[in-house]
Amino acid sequence: MSVVGGVDVDRVLLKHGAGGRAMRRLISETFLAAFATDPPERAGLLGVSAMDDGGAVRLGDRWLVMTTDSHVIQPAFFPGGDIGRLAIAGTVNDLAMMGATEILGLTCGVVIEEGFPRADLERIAASMRAACAEASATVIAGDTKVMGVREVDGIVINTSGVGLTRRLIRDCGLRAGDRIIVTGTIGDHGMAVMASRHGLQLDSDLRSDVAPLAALIRGAIEASPDGITAMKDPTRGGVAGALHEMASKSGVGIEIVDAALPVRPAVRGVSELVGVDPLFAANEGKAVIGVRRESADAVLRALRAHPLGRDAAIVGACVADHSGTVILDTGFGRRLVAEPDGDLLPRIC
Amino acid sequence: MPLEFRDPARAAALRDALARATARVGRERVSLMHVCGSHEQAIAKFGLRAAFPPALDVIMGPGCPVCVTDQPEIDEAVALAAQGVRIATYGDMVRVPGTAGSLADAQARGARIDVVYSVAQAVEIARATTEPFVFFATGFETTAVATAAVLIGGVPPNFSVLSAHKYIPPVMEIVAEMPGTRVEGFLAAGHAATITGSATFEPFVERHALPVVVAGFEPLDILAALVKLVELVGRGEAAVVNMFPRCVTREGNVNAQRQLWTVFEPIGGRWRGIAHVPNGNLRLRDAWAAVDARRRFTIDAASLWRQAPSSLVRQCICGHIMAGIASPADCALFGAACVPDSPVGACMVSSEGTCRIWHEYGGVPDLRGAACPS
Repeated sequence: MSVVGGVDVDRVLLKHGAGGRAMRRLISETFLAAFATDPPERAGLLGVSAMDDGGAVRLGDRWLVMTTDSHVIQPAFFPGGDIGRLAIAGTVNDLAMMGATEILGLTCGVVIEEGFPRADLERIAASMRAACAEASATVIAGDTKVMGVREVDGIVINTSGVGLTRRLIRDCGLRAGDRIIVTGTIGDHGMAVMASRHGLQLDSDLRSDVAPLAALIRGAIEASPDGITAMKDPTRGGVAGALHEMASKSGVGIEIVDAALPVRPAVRGVSELVGVDPLFAANEGKAVIGVRRESADAVLRALRAHPLGRDAAIVGACVADHSGTVILDTGFGRRLVAEPDGDLLPRIC
Repeated sequence: MPLEFRDPARAAALRDALARATARVGRERVSLMHVCGSHEQAIAKFGLRAAFPPALDVIMGPGCPVCVTDQPEIDEAVALAAQGVRIATYGDMVRVPGTAGSLADAQARGARIDVVYSVAQAVEIARATTEPFVFFATGFETTAVATAAVLIGGVPPNFSVLSAHKYIPPVMEIVAEMPGTRVEGFLAAGHAATITGSATFEPFVERHALPVVVAGFEPLDILAALVKLVELVGRGEAAVVNMFPRCVTREGNVNAQRQLWTVFEPIGGRWRGIAHVPNGNLRLRDAWAAVDARRRFTIDAASLWRQAPSSLVRQCICGHIMAGIASPADCALFGAACVPDSPVGACMVSSEGTCRIWHEYGGVPDLRGAACPS
């Protein structure tokens, strides 16, 4: 085994799927080399090299946004959701983060382990149908495979989606002075899954936030069509991971205020118990949004008018200094927020 | 009214008081040292260094028990494990590299290693078996008290202790006398003082004419203790002040002290990377020879020393960091070749190590002077 910078470079490790530095490196060294494209301004195409939530192709005066996501989670049914709802929300949210809140259609590929209970499969399908209805989306194509016992762990669901937008929103568009909004309480999904996996019997409001955000984001964009400068869903790596990626791609620093971060008491409690900062815990129904200073109030109002955005808050701002870093004002002092690297908890989405 | 430990308004008042007290000292630099991983965690987590006045340096000294465990002590545990003795120890100790690998490496080669949360848990495991079983005991006097209590309570015949316990007050004397440190006052760890009492620092204060302030672990505890310490430095007053009176008394937990000194006696020993510290180690007294692994087994650690440490290990500056004369930022390995997943030095292994803490909180803890957004 050869080790470079703390990573076994000969083999793929769980940390390569954890949404941090190791994962970005794996992707850029393998897939980016294979599928590099011209800059979108020249090619009319946003490809994998952007490493954004999805890719996009220009169609006349609009962009056709495409994305795909494979979902593996243990347990498949968790407080607040299940793998079916997660699979729909994951893809709908990736499209929405690029501005494509009008979903043209989804596909669904399922790989099932022999012996998987039919009743569970039906529950998952019903949950997918309900999530689709919330996002005004439909699965229009699919594929089903069954594998032998232990050849796959329970069930893996891949969803792809296409959507349309007039204005493509990227994760690299932040500018100094922009405000940072999170659309609600942070860390709910990660902490709920962690608690359920560890068998912690805790507060009843510790539930995953998994939800499709197309309608919430549509409202925010309509409130200020040009005011949103960048958007990202803080899944693996949590809000800290999303902020780091946005800051480094945009070439700005981001300063956030601890006291402004919405965190449920139950999440705060589990966080202290297991020693995981809510900033690093995964979310499946939240967005981190960069907004021009003058549009911040209008966008915040629109978000709060939607049930999924009731707890939305302005949590920080972008600065020209210390580009690519995230600074936390703790109320007592200031410190850097580390870039997530490695798996807090593998197989969570 | 409940105690409010995290009140930013009171923190702001204490920050101002700290700035005033530091200015009154009237020197370009005031260097203070704490000797506790939990203090460093709180300072890093709450970003307190950014709130300190520019002239104030708060350095972490040798306050991480995992980090100061010397390589030959790790080697003893690894050698015992290789001899077929089952070893139990605290989690971080498993990953600390010895001369030729860690206990985790020994485990990969077939040795039996149990990670425990307490010495009592180790005794439980030992009771369930007849194989020879050694608890590799690390930690400062706070942890040593637990080891002593368990031995006094009685252990199964297959159980013995490999003591790498260390005693903090003597190392403060060493660090205070190191030419590179220029430490003008010490922040003492509140949890250790709960057992030892604040009086334990009185001889030190007398000998070295340096003030010691006992501090708790909430951000307000630390700020208030620093204000007091800087005031003492400013007045040139060498005294012990207890700023953690809700837990610490002058005498401490006398019962626990009696147990500690019934079982252990201080003996000179090396602290990893720092120095030989007179009275810095805790050895089992002769009356406890029957449960002393060093006297029960022939430990052939020297057999491991044929393997030279890697070139990376030779670049590690853990010792300088723990002595307070360098910071992780001075280390070429920090965050690059040395990360929590593959640590080179013990300071990156333990959650109480300076390097690990700095890495966890962004790597550069000092944001004094960075601009705030409007």
